[in-house]
Amino acid sequence: MTGGADEGVYFITGKDFTNAGAASSSLKKLLEDRGVPADIVRRFSIAAFEAEMNAIIYAVAGMMRYSITRDMVKVTLQDMGPGIPDISLAMTEGYSTAPDYIREMGFGSGMGLPNIKKNVDHMTITSVVGEGTTLEFDIALSPSP
Amino acid sequence: MKLKDIIDTLELQVMTPGLNLDTEVTGGYASDLLSDVIGHAKEGFVWITFQVHLNIIAVASLKGLAAIILVNSRALDEATLKRAIAEGIPIITSPLPAFEVVGRLYTLGLRCP
Repeated sequence: MTGGADEGVYFITGKDFTNAGAASSSLKKLLEDRGVPADIVRRFSIAAFEAEMNAIIYAVAGMMRYSITRDMVKVTLQDMGPGIPDISLAMTEGYSTAPDYIREMGFGSGMGLPNIKKNVDHMTITSVVGEGTTLEFDIALSPSP
Repeated sequence: MKLKDIIDTLELQVMTPGLNLDTEVTGGYASDLLSDVIGHAKEGFVWITFQVHLNIIAVASLKGLAAIILVNSRALDEATLKRAIAEGIPIITSPLPAFEVVGRLYTLGLRCP
């Protein structure tokens, strides 16, 4: 693998389905360019896309910060959204509060957060109802010893 | 199995001109839920769906899918087609419903390994 530390931020606009996936796609390319193994890139892409979509679906806006070092990629997505009243309920596969028009697009199946958890090494969610949600996850970039 | 052989055999229509159809197809996945596809489809799969909005391209690109097969002659708007061509994701349509398309792909030997 090549490249030193790298960090940055993407700004996400709520309901902007036209650009949905843009941040995850460019982060995926960033990891590929650094020579990160394909299976790790795949896990990362799933988590990043689901996180980005959550912000687009539910929030007014969000900031997706990333930092990539030799050993780890870390993403923090802070959104200005409705907040999650019950995080463990939100983590339940199949549970969703998405409105009908979102479901008709094929989102809101209640698999987003479980998909993220399945693919990352660590994940934390903090949320304040009426203010927003911060989702943080990281994935080790080198195969575990 | 090559994508172009599937297209020829099942008489599918390619909506995205100029893209490479020589890709090896490794399997198939049928779903209209994007998170389901993100979670379960694998690289090189064809994805059979009724969804036609822009985000299907992002999902296919992220997963490295071989193509998207739209059923029931679903039509895409110009912006989605342009994005598909830019991302190199072939979009293929069939007049048949999903059940028939999946059945024929299965008969050709395609599986969801």
